[in-house]
Amino acid sequence: MTAASTRDDRIPLRMRLSARGLDAVTLLVLPAVGLMVGLFVYPFLYGFWLSFHPKDGLSVVGNYLRFFSEPRLYETIAKTLWIALPVTAINLLAAIPVAFRVRLMRRQRLLTTLLVLPITLGTVLVAEGLLNYLGPQGWLNRTLLLFGLISSPVKLVHNYWGVFLSLVITGFPFTFLLTLSYVTGIDPTLERAAATLGARAASRFRHIFLPLLIPGLAITFCLSFVQAFSVFPSAILLGAPAGPTRVISIAAYEAAFEEYDYSLASAIAMIMAAVQLAIVGLILASRGLFYRGPASGGKG
Amino acid sequence: MSQSLASFQSLRLQGVSRDFGSHNALKNLTLDIKRGEFVALLGPSGCGKSTALNCIAGLLPTTRGSIWLDQRRIDTLGPEDRGFGMVFQNYALFPHMTVRQNVGFGLKMRGIDKAEAEPRIDKALATVRLQSQAAKLPGQLSGGQQQRVAIARAIVVEPPLVLMDEPLSNLDAKLRLEMRQEIRRIHAGLGSVTIYVTHDQDEALSLADRIVVLRDGEIRQVGTPEQLYARPAHLDVADFMGFRNRISGVVTGRQSELVTLDVDGATLSGMAGGAAPGGDVGTNAVAAVRPDDLLAVSETTNGLSATVEAIEYRGRDYFGQARSSGGAELFFRSSSRLGVGSAVRLGADPSKVLVFTGANP
Repeated sequence: MTAASTRDDRIPLRMRLSARGLDAVTLLVLPAVGLMVGLFVYPFLYGFWLSFHPKDGLSVVGNYLRFFSEPRLYETIAKTLWIALPVTAINLLAAIPVAFRVRLMRRQRLLTTLLVLPITLGTVLVAEGLLNYLGPQGWLNRTLLLFGLISSPVKLVHNYWGVFLSLVITGFPFTFLLTLSYVTGIDPTLERAAATLGARAASRFRHIFLPLLIPGLAITFCLSFVQAFSVFPSAILLGAPAGPTRVISIAAYEAAFEEYDYSLASAIAMIMAAVQLAIVGLILASRGLFYRGPASGGKG
Repeated sequence: MSQSLASFQSLRLQGVSRDFGSHNALKNLTLDIKRGEFVALLGPSGCGKSTALNCIAGLLPTTRGSIWLDQRRIDTLGPEDRGFGMVFQNYALFPHMTVRQNVGFGLKMRGIDKAEAEPRIDKALATVRLQSQAAKLPGQLSGGQQQRVAIARAIVVEPPLVLMDEPLSNLDAKLRLEMRQEIRRIHAGLGSVTIYVTHDQDEALSLADRIVVLRDGEIRQVGTPEQLYARPAHLDVADFMGFRNRISGVVTGRQSELVTLDVDGATLSGMAGGAAPGGDVGTNAVAAVRPDDLLAVSETTNGLSATVEAIEYRGRDYFGQARSSGGAELFFRSSSRLGVGSAVRLGADPSKVLVFTGANP
């Protein structure tokens, strides 16, 4: 009798597992895990392994030594950062005021749709469009020449500014939509409360909105930066891929498909990932200095 | 700016209106409030009471009308220039600031230096009895404590006018009763005007010196709690004041204040309610009675026959729900547990029955 009751009292394994959040529903993550492992974890680890097996087979870190000894290669880090960081900063700074205005609008959906279009068009189409529009025979230069504002066409493509502008155009909607979601996530009664307490618009932004937005803006910056850092098509189509816009992805592409040195290409990809991680880590770490709780005003 | 508004004798709303598109949320609100008064704006949701409060605070521009603090027109000023304290329904505490910083925010915005601000913050925190929580973030406090921070933040600047928008609606029943007393005490201590928006007549009755009942954006009645409770001027107001039974009938007789109705063959007498005249013999009228005053009786001349549908015990008495022979739903009080389905006669003292005639719906 006692033996039977102790056995019956034991909670079945299935229930103990489900109490820890493991039940049949957990199995639904398996396809996603499979995809992640197959398409990200394995290629990444393989690339990591490959980068330490250089083509010439001399030194394990030979690829990395080569990268940091050849200016043609190591300069690409600075060149890419020189494009990606200002583009990200400008996109973010432009997105904040627009998001603050749009937050009050009723027809947000129409505007959002218009803004999403450049994302769906893809970078290549935008690059082609800009080539025509900004080129020496493009509308912009022709118009400026017609009104006598310039005497010879301004060079805006096949240099730094071409890449810069195309990244601003394709990156802005993404940055803006993220920023908008953070801005609208702040309880609007906080601003009204601040106003009744005597805070003018500038003070409300500085003391209420900005501190609550910083964590979101940091994430937005990171995601936008990673996008800009991996620029490839527009750097080739609109930039000067042999000169100032020889970004790091071009170096990796050349290593892989012009020199057929997959090992070096893998090493460049790893360096690219490390630089991105370093910047993202820096931004997220500084985020810890600020308030990071919910952005609403209470209700027990 | 706020200093010049700090001492005043009266706040006057002059035909204040607010439209949202074609919808008139607030129609021609005219009201005089004297210094020291506690005024409750009472009404169901959508009656315009919050709109009125936001117009006074400056958070919503008015469509027509003006707002005056003595001889100064203030509806043209922004909310930051009016210097009123406002307590929001969801408290609207700044989540990234400590309790102390929240309370001190208004002083900081007024450029008051630290040496002067600190004792004032201490005093405000002491008023709401939260000194020990000063270093915490709002998220670490309970709902009642958050509410008290919101009140301290609004009163620390010693505003001429404190506006409260359903401040107790998110609290549980016990805390609500406690906070009611606190709010009344704080109001008495400040000596300023408090305008309090609520949909809860108990809150309005217990807190206010004067109640303004709003319906569909219009004032239905203004009066002291006692006036409104005893003699609501409209059926709407009566509804709000707990006259839950509305019994339709036809006027059969009238002797000055006393009106007699025929309700499906039964006779019901009551006092003529409302200000409008009318109630001639033969016209339709509605009698309003509180469930407390509609009693189950054995035999009466002033009563209705009905069938008991539900009965529940509420401590001292039983309260029941019955269906009259004419099909109307009635809520009544009884001293014994009546069986469901049994017949009952329901009667009320004519002085407890208010009869609203056709001209006064």
